[in-house]
Amino acid sequence: MPKDGGIGASTKRREDVRFLTGTGRYTDDINLPGQAYVHFVRSDVAHGRIRSIDPSTAEGMPGVLKVFTSKDFEAAGGIPCGWQITSRDGSVMQEPKHPILAEGVVRHVGDPIAAIVAKSREQARDAAEALEIDIEELPAVMNMREALKDGAPQVHDSLDSNLCFDWGFVEENREAVDTAIREAAHVTTLELVNNRLIANPMEPRVAIGAYDMAADSHTLYTTSQNPHVIRLLMGAFVLNIPEHKLRVVAPDVGGGFGSKIYHYAEEAFCTYAAKVLRRPVKWTSSRSEAFMSDAHGRDHVTKIELALDADHNFTALRTETHANMGAYLSTFAPAVPTWLHGTLMAGNYRTPLVYVNVKAVFTNTVPVDAYRGAGRPEATFQLERVVDKAARELGIDPVELRRKNFITEFPYATPVAVEYDTGDYHATLDKVLEISDWAGFDARLEKSRARGKLRGIGLAHYIEACGIAPSNLVGQLGARAGLFESATVRVNATGGITVMTGSHSHGQGHATTFAQVVADMIGIDASQVEISHGDTANTPMGMGTYGSRSIAVGGSAMVKATEKIIAKARKIAAHMLEASADDIELKDGAFTVAGTDKSLNWGDVTLAAYVPHNYPLDEIEPGLEETAFYDPANFTFPSGAYVCEVEVDPETGKVEVQGFAAADDFGNVINPMIVEGQVQGGLAQGIGQALLEACAYDDDGQLLSASYMDYAMPRAYDFPMFKVDSSCRTPCTHNPLGVKGCGEAGAIGSPPAVVNAVIDALHRAGHEIPHIDMPMTPNRVWSAIHGGAGPDKDGETMEERSVGA
Amino acid sequence: MTKVTMNVNGRSRSGEVEGRTLLVQFLRETLSMTGTHVGCDTSQCGACVVHVDGQAVKSCTMLALEADGAEVTTIEGMTNADGSLGVIQQAFQDYHGLQCGFCTPGMVMSAKALLAENPKPSEEEIREYLEGNICRCTGYHNIVKAIMAASGQQVEPVAAE
Ligand code: FES
Ligand code: FES
Repeated sequence: MPKDGGIGASTKRREDVRFLTGTGRYTDDINLPGQAYVHFVRSDVAHGRIRSIDPSTAEGMPGVLKVFTSKDFEAAGGIPCGWQITSRDGSVMQEPKHPILAEGVVRHVGDPIAAIVAKSREQARDAAEALEIDIEELPAVMNMREALKDGAPQVHDSLDSNLCFDWGFVEENREAVDTAIREAAHVTTLELVNNRLIANPMEPRVAIGAYDMAADSHTLYTTSQNPHVIRLLMGAFVLNIPEHKLRVVAPDVGGGFGSKIYHYAEEAFCTYAAKVLRRPVKWTSSRSEAFMSDAHGRDHVTKIELALDADHNFTALRTETHANMGAYLSTFAPAVPTWLHGTLMAGNYRTPLVYVNVKAVFTNTVPVDAYRGAGRPEATFQLERVVDKAARELGIDPVELRRKNFITEFPYATPVAVEYDTGDYHATLDKVLEISDWAGFDARLEKSRARGKLRGIGLAHYIEACGIAPSNLVGQLGARAGLFESATVRVNATGGITVMTGSHSHGQGHATTFAQVVADMIGIDASQVEISHGDTANTPMGMGTYGSRSIAVGGSAMVKATEKIIAKARKIAAHMLEASADDIELKDGAFTVAGTDKSLNWGDVTLAAYVPHNYPLDEIEPGLEETAFYDPANFTFPSGAYVCEVEVDPETGKVEVQGFAAADDFGNVINPMIVEGQVQGGLAQGIGQALLEACAYDDDGQLLSASYMDYAMPRAYDFPMFKVDSSCRTPCTHNPLGVKGCGEAGAIGSPPAVVNAVIDALHRAGHEIPHIDMPMTPNRVWSAIHGGAGPDKDGETMEERSVGA
Repeated sequence: MTKVTMNVNGRSRSGEVEGRTLLVQFLRETLSMTGTHVGCDTSQCGACVVHVDGQAVKSCTMLALEADGAEVTTIEGMTNADGSLGVIQQAFQDYHGLQCGFCTPGMVMSAKALLAENPKPSEEEIREYLEGNICRCTGYHNIVKAIMAASGQQVEPVAAE
């Protein structure tokens, strides 16, 4: 039984009180004295040459302070990319400049051309209408295969082609994989699209730049998942501001899902303009603007081949993907289809030979970067789809085919360069079959049939690499940053504790879970521990929150710092109790000399640290504050098994999710309530991808899904109650908490489970459909059943314009 | 500029607005009551829901002028008189019905309107009613549970430990 408020307890979230009473502090809630407002004038064409910009009318409009264009940023750098990929031929990726404001050419709808700063938001917007911009529209390229053809419109004239890189992994395996596939008893092939998505955190992005003339220092308030990373990228690469002169604050952030990791032009703009204008400059994105300026996600087009021997053992896997980069390289974009994708292609299986080829392509679309799962959903989707298809082709049970090929011994070195430390795939499979009542499916099928509905059940497994780090490894893989985390634990004189962490919460509940860990380690009440994050001025260096890394990396840093605190406090206690430090035990917040009743409270010792009257001053310094940096030895490898059950209406093609069960192995769990909430949210995003969501462009590069009228955000009625279980636990062996991370799992494992279920439903009704691309809209499903274009022709046109396809 | 006066959470509040000023802008910018959020510009997300004369309203679709003289209730007015969480708010915390908190004010205000109309809604009725409230974090699972619980119905407890 976990201690109340300690590790393992479903402690209620303390941050909820402010969110529930309207007293949260999100970036847009901040208003600085004298602040001005910026409105970005964005391109409405996908590709064009800017012939001229005439700001004179706009500049004369009421309240306008200045109209900025690229000329104002001649001294600034471009928005940097944080990861460099090397192509198969040894050349480094092509990396175009990504200016703050377009320099002569616009490359996607939404590319910012000019920025108008005025005293009020309305004045800035009004002046934007008066800005005269002459653009010569150029041919745009949206489709990746088209973009690679000779004579295709070039997104960047300065580059050799639209190919960013052509990556092979593991290149040395290429021939062996080809041979194994040629000689296999059976090969299953599948071509599929991983649909382009828009992260859509409910809080749109906001940036406020401020400049303190007296101190010559800058402050940026921004909706970021990683304020230190923004400080580093923006300070060092874009605006040339040293870090000690730049403070970045990311207060309460209303969701991120990856889209708030990256450094965006608007942040640099507001920071810079505040200095030019000597007043704070604020930008609040509208939702419409968010659709065309937040980095998009996914957008892979893939062919995968799975080779099996006569006994149904997987012998080789080959996959070829085109990954859309959009018009510029966003911060982590090149890492997503490569290291976050290729390294997971072994999945949960003992496939001895794997080869992954990824061609990253520039198109006239919004930049694409990590979205919840980032690369791992794309890997899981194709693998779990092809395994299901293989089972169907071979006429064997998809459950048994998976079981037969599971990795069962750990640690396990995959053929794609990673080593899984722990896992038990049979256990999560058993659990999910139990909680989904897999065995009772036939009875439910009969009931659906009686109502004229088709019914199907689908299984998917996943493995993910989380706790994104270790620095020395990611450095070899092309990362231009380290991926450690840090924490400072400050114990106050009366025993209360402030933990400053480089991790960042935008919904995950750090304030509660991180406090649980420290409270548990010391044995004090969790209310004694406060978690502070999101401000570079008071937390040590941090890399932020993404890749399900907070508890595994940030939590571990905090544990290390707390261990240092305990070690020091024990020495102080030993001195006060006139014993040896080795004999001092810390339990339930009291230091006791082992085997005696001589004891001191936590507060007695912390007070002594700050009132060192009776204190070993010649041995240790006064005070009780420690910092630790933690750089893990490996990724963590959460895994799980998901089952989706659907009903399909053959008349309309509508798919209804009737049940969804998730059995995850996250290693140890700090707060089961929060973990389950993370999975539920991830499931909704994954099911949304499978059934509803598509970012669609037309052939001219107009974004068709540019508002909630056109982009199908999942609603409450799209889901049943989920069954979520995290009781299968194989603790991570290389971090002190034994945790693996849970933030992305739901979004990774669910899309293939949903598609497998729909395909199953169709097959059971005699429709031998090999695959339907996501989102499986009624129209697509209806067309698959009945052939032809589907009842809703408009809908189909829209889907087929999904960029990558 | 025109002067408007409305009763917000039991207090009379006034301010100067333009004809185009939205109620949500008046609340957030003029009155500095930032609990009500803006999540979209097509009146679909529901982050901005408040009550005007007892009706749930998307405050991004109403002009401040239209609310002149009205009784307005916002998330800031949902606590008990002693400042403790109201029944719906408490259920959201107890059942983990929020993560980032951005949709939460609108969710709570919509839930309040739903329960006023339908004191014991079924799961399906709750899901249908929330059509105009988008949450990207929770998958709605725990929001539905919280609303069921707030209406006094039996729900499964949060995650077993
Ligand atoms: S802000 Fe009002 S509905 Fe989205
Ligand atoms: S809690 Fe984040 S959008 Fe609902």
